Amino acid sequence: MSVLNLFRKRNSASAARDRLQILLAHEKTSGPASALLFTLREEILAAIAKHVDVDQTKVNVNMKREETYSIVEIDFEVPEPLPVSRLRVAS
Amino acid sequence: MGEVVVVTSGKGGVGKTTTTAALGAALAAAGDTVCVIDFDVGLRNLDLVLGAERRVVFDFINVIQGHAKLTQALIRDKRLENLWLLPASQTRDKDALTEEGVEYVINDLRSRFDWVICDSPAGIERGAALAMRHADLAVVVSNPEVSSVRDSDRIIGLLDAKTERAERGEGIPKYLLLTRYNAARASRGDMMAVEDVLEILSIPLLGIIPESEEVLKASNVGSPVTLSNPASRPAVAYAEAARRLRGEDLGEVVVPVHKNGLFGKLFGRNAA
Ligand SMILES: Nc1ncnc2c1ncn2[C@@H]1O[C@H](COP(=O)(O)OP(=O)(O)O)[C@@H](O)[C@H]1O
Ligand SMILES: [Mg+2]
Repeated sequence: MSVLNLFRKRNSASAARDRLQILLAHEKTSGPASALLFTLREEILAAIAKHVDVDQTKVNVNMKREETYSIVEIDFEVPEPLPVSRLRVAS
Repeated sequence: MGEVVVVTSGKGGVGKTTTTAALGAALAAAGDTVCVIDFDVGLRNLDLVLGAERRVVFDFINVIQGHAKLTQALIRDKRLENLWLLPASQTRDKDALTEEGVEYVINDLRSRFDWVICDSPAGIERGAALAMRHADLAVVVSNPEVSSVRDSDRIIGLLDAKTERAERGEGIPKYLLLTRYNAARASRGDMMAVEDVLEILSIPLLGIIPESEEVLKASNVGSPVTLSNPASRPAVAYAEAARRLRGEDLGEVVVPVHKNGLFGKLFGRNAA
């Protein structure tokens, strides 16, 4: 990193550039994430539903995009004690 | 029951999205629960202005099409726990936003939040009509400039004809928010005067937001200006407009004046 880059890091314009680079990279490569996430959520839920009752309204899908990967978290409540109550799927 | 507000203008680029984010954040900071909705199908931007773009999973149209529950599509702000966002879809199919779908979503949100703020797309077509349809109150955003004021006049006409409240014969309260106001240019007579805009549009004034680079900085870092720099002039003006929306009586809106004299010349330029 050059001195110029170090200098640049501090202003808001470089924050804008960084944010847009990440966003646009994701939009170009994967398109809207929702189709994949929708499928993932449905299939994971179906798999779980084979074993436990899950309240479908208490399922939360969270997403954090980074430069080269995304973290997808699917949280749901299970009505009875279960060894794993939270799944983490990286895509 | 919450209040549904549409932020609208006709013309693009006048500051609707900036205003939605800033007012939403100011109302949430004051303790109210707020949901801001991006109605700009295909050109979503409110997520960027709020810095939530990396966390969008589901959107407005996913909800309308039954692919996601409304609660799953809402994104909670990282800084203000009572500020939520319903992002627009990036689909090219604008007809995916249906009348029934919008009505269902707005009614649901109205029962959950104190404020539901609809960020309208530009234009006077379907998208803008849907954004204003269920509003209880309209914030008409205008710049002190001829084409913007003309478009605002058309939007006021639409508000009086096409909103549910207008159709029920109740009328819809409309407030003018004059944005990107440049006091220096106004003092030189190069910009429409506030009183002239008010006379032409003849709706009450909610506030005057100065033109300021703080707004640009705020959008660069993905933060409403009322949060990124609360002491800046646009942030103070937005916070005051939010207090007026909450029903506080703050007297007349003060028109920003250009500081003349040595002090103004030396420091006025840098004042954000
Ligand atoms: N008060 C202001 N001072 C300076 N720039 C502003 C101000 N309000 C908005 N802008 C800038 O104007 C542009 C358009 O604003 P935006 O809120 O996206 O308008 P709209 O949603 O009406 O199209 C953005 O670049 C924004 O940063
Ligand atoms: Mg906009």
